[in-house]
Amino acid sequence: MQWEIVIGLEVHTQLSTQSKIFSGASTAFGAAPNAEACAVDLALPGVLPVLNRGAVDRAIRFGLAVGAKVNSPSIFARKNYFYPDLPKGYQISQYELPVVEGGTVTIHVGEMEKTIRLVRAHLEEDAGKSLHEDFHGMTGIDLNRAGTPLLEIVSEPDMRSSQEAVTYAKMVHSLVRWIGICDGNMQEGSFRCDANVSVRPHGSERLGTRCEIKNLNSFRFLEKAIDYEARRQIEILEDGGTIQQQTRLYDPDKDETRAMRSKEDAQDYRYFPDPDLLPLEIAESWIAKAKSGLPELPEQMRVRLEREYGLSSYDTSALTADREIAEYYDATVAKLPSDPKLCANWIMGELPAYLNDEAKSFDSCPLSPVQLAQLLMRIKDGTISGKIAKEVFKQMWSKAAQTATAWKNRDSKLDDNLADQIIESQGLKQISDSGELESLIDGVIAANVKSVEEFKAGKEKAFNALVGQVMKAARGKANPAQVNEIMRRKLEA
Amino acid sequence: MLNFSLKQLSTLLTTKRISSTELTGEFLKRSRALNADYNAFITIDEETSLAQARAADAMIASGQAGPLTGIPVAQKDIFCTKGWLTTCGSKMLSNFVSPYDAHVVERFNAIGAVNIGKTNMDEFAMGSSNETSFYGPVKNPWDITAVPGGSSGGSACAVAARMAPAATGTDTGGSIRQPAALCGISGLKPTYGLVSRYGMVAFASSLDQGGPMAKSAEDLALMLNVMAGFDARDSTSLMREPEDYARDLERPLEGLRIGLPREYFVKEINDDVARAVENAIAEYHKLGAETVEVSLPNTKLSVPVYYVLAPAEASSNLSRFDGVRYGYRAPEYADLNDMYCKSRAQGFGAEVKRRILIGTYVLSHGYYDAYYVQAQKLRRLVAQDFAEAFKQCDVIMGPTSPTVAFDLGERISDPVQMYLSDAYTIAVNLAGLPGMSIPAGFGNKGRPVGLHIVGNYFAEAKMLNVAHQYQKTTDWHMSMPNS
Repeated sequence: MQWEIVIGLEVHTQLSTQSKIFSGASTAFGAAPNAEACAVDLALPGVLPVLNRGAVDRAIRFGLAVGAKVNSPSIFARKNYFYPDLPKGYQISQYELPVVEGGTVTIHVGEMEKTIRLVRAHLEEDAGKSLHEDFHGMTGIDLNRAGTPLLEIVSEPDMRSSQEAVTYAKMVHSLVRWIGICDGNMQEGSFRCDANVSVRPHGSERLGTRCEIKNLNSFRFLEKAIDYEARRQIEILEDGGTIQQQTRLYDPDKDETRAMRSKEDAQDYRYFPDPDLLPLEIAESWIAKAKSGLPELPEQMRVRLEREYGLSSYDTSALTADREIAEYYDATVAKLPSDPKLCANWIMGELPAYLNDEAKSFDSCPLSPVQLAQLLMRIKDGTISGKIAKEVFKQMWSKAAQTATAWKNRDSKLDDNLADQIIESQGLKQISDSGELESLIDGVIAANVKSVEEFKAGKEKAFNALVGQVMKAARGKANPAQVNEIMRRKLEA
Repeated sequence: MLNFSLKQLSTLLTTKRISSTELTGEFLKRSRALNADYNAFITIDEETSLAQARAADAMIASGQAGPLTGIPVAQKDIFCTKGWLTTCGSKMLSNFVSPYDAHVVERFNAIGAVNIGKTNMDEFAMGSSNETSFYGPVKNPWDITAVPGGSSGGSACAVAARMAPAATGTDTGGSIRQPAALCGISGLKPTYGLVSRYGMVAFASSLDQGGPMAKSAEDLALMLNVMAGFDARDSTSLMREPEDYARDLERPLEGLRIGLPREYFVKEINDDVARAVENAIAEYHKLGAETVEVSLPNTKLSVPVYYVLAPAEASSNLSRFDGVRYGYRAPEYADLNDMYCKSRAQGFGAEVKRRILIGTYVLSHGYYDAYYVQAQKLRRLVAQDFAEAFKQCDVIMGPTSPTVAFDLGERISDPVQMYLSDAYTIAVNLAGLPGMSIPAGFGNKGRPVGLHIVGNYFAEAKMLNVAHQYQKTTDWHMSMPNS
């Protein structure tokens, strides 16, 4: 039987506020245990939550970015359960009326475009951390993370493969960073996914019984967990079994999912509106202000790049996968609008290779788009070959890297001509003076009588050897197209 | 001096006829002596109180005294008080020394009032007789075989027995007004949101409200001037221009319209209480007030609605007492779950457990709509009743409690009977309105009767005016139990 995999994702994004969602304590990562847990985070008797305006603002921005409805009022509710790293014995979340409802995210898998519908996005607080090691059989509690603001983004079960799920997750990851609401740092837990996975016979309308895989903190784990889980479910069904609705955990070491709890022991969270927090009303003017503050969104930009520059959807997706890349590309192509494809190739090829080597982001790139554009301009106008350009780029990089400042933080335009300076000072300019080329070629023809004869006997290979000799004599600086043309003219004369 | 008003005491202090240190010392001496019989205080800390008194004396000497500077005030043990044991009447918090001050405590500290001790109360404010306190029941100073009412019974007793000139209380369903009535003192529950709940251990967040307890309405006004005010740390705190609650005390009551709900004067009310209230109304007629009959048809729903909503909120509010970070933890346990179960089983008393169970039940899947959602709808009806009534009158009057103080042990084994005694006061919390109780004579066995005055939202100054004018022509509030 052919099986169809059905996936919905719940993405927990940590909002990039300075302080916690209901207290004034810092959200900075990495402090000594409990150093950033104030009276409210510790749930001392008598303390009360006060909503962080910045968290709401970020939720609004997300809602607008995915074309969702921003609810007013929305309601904070208590989710009651006991756990040592949940100090109040309840988590403040949103249940019946979330701040964001609906919306869509467009993904591109290969050349296929697909729209993933969102159910909702709601604000909630994170729990603390239980540390089970290093305490001699006891458990340590670190409440620094308790009260960190989260936006939980819930999708419809609209994805049909782990690849689609990962693409969607990456898209959301890119979007929340793009609009500046989350730093997206997955190692620090700023972006985590729960995947709801079920399978059904191809063509079936009914959803199968799902399992929820909790807390996937990398795209690779997300992909592998879904693949494993889908295989597991298909095997059970093909053996005539039934799927139990479960919450499962993915073990990356064994590459498998394990049951955590089943539906039968699902807790009753006894949700009810938090009487300490009033219904959240968001004025139209606040939404309007958030709207006007939003940058061009990735999908809008992608369509624009396709339309204005005729780039493929593969290129535009890659260039808009990240706001930093997109910004870099936009600034580069602005200086070289005549060859957007050349800009795209370098920004997706040579530049990231160097950045990755030094673990730098596009924002912290030492070379500015203006500097890169000048180099590419020199390829375009034939001053240097693509091959020489790579050599020049290497030198530009090491020169710029000495200053160690990111292009974004620099205001000096002194080095805008770095490419030209290097080409000039090292005489890397292509020889395009035809007289000079002709004499070089004449020399090569005279010195390689045998190859000339072979060519005339019909061996095309010999022609390449001769061209190679010319390039060698020119130390790579000859324009290959020009050499070809002159050589052919002379040999066939 | 025991019967002096706050204003008189303040005059003594500012004219240097007595120092705060001396005044505080006197009240401490009296509290120590009487507490053995009355059990009004959980914590008395002479040293800390006297240190505060000395600081107050310095403030007075430097000419920075305000109306309550140097005056001893007892704090209900529900208000977190930095460096003080803050138990909320529970074994669960019997080892909890607060690292911070409640907003209310901060405000008293800021003006140089002296904390004279932490008063006894029903455990987590759940009770109407003070018998649920882990620290044992408080006695009614008018008759030590009677309850003082609850949950602010310690504060009521302390003021009635003149162990403190004034005290703070909290009122979730009558916890200021009912003990004030039963102990023959004055108590005010302000409009919900007027006094910050920050640092006040939560029982039922949407109903809890702190307020003053004192001998007279005039004293309540001065206390409320300190306690009321916006606090950004409480999202339900109301942002309002500060007002002087004493500003209207001397207004004549000519033309005042008093609403008498026909549902209040029915068979549940005892004759002795009814007589005292009728006499008080007659006194108001003499003062130029008129009475109108009003109707609060949904008042009868108040008790059932309250006993869904308050336990629901409490069951969640009290989840933080899990033995993990502070408070009582069972000495022995097998695992995490066992630790929770044993710590909570041993740390909470029977009444608290009963309400946690009720609250957990009404919030459970499948029952939520039938109980919690329904109760919220009815709550709105109760509030609408008052809104209608206030179209016809300025204040509503009736008995605070249908009976005078009952005997210790009389109702503790019959929770429903106990709950019903709060019928008059509970509706006011459900509506978020201000309510107060003032002494209006004595009933059976010479036990005090309280007159319940309910005002519209933010009508505290008017209510205090209404109460003060009565207290100017009567002296029930000046009666003091023998000790």
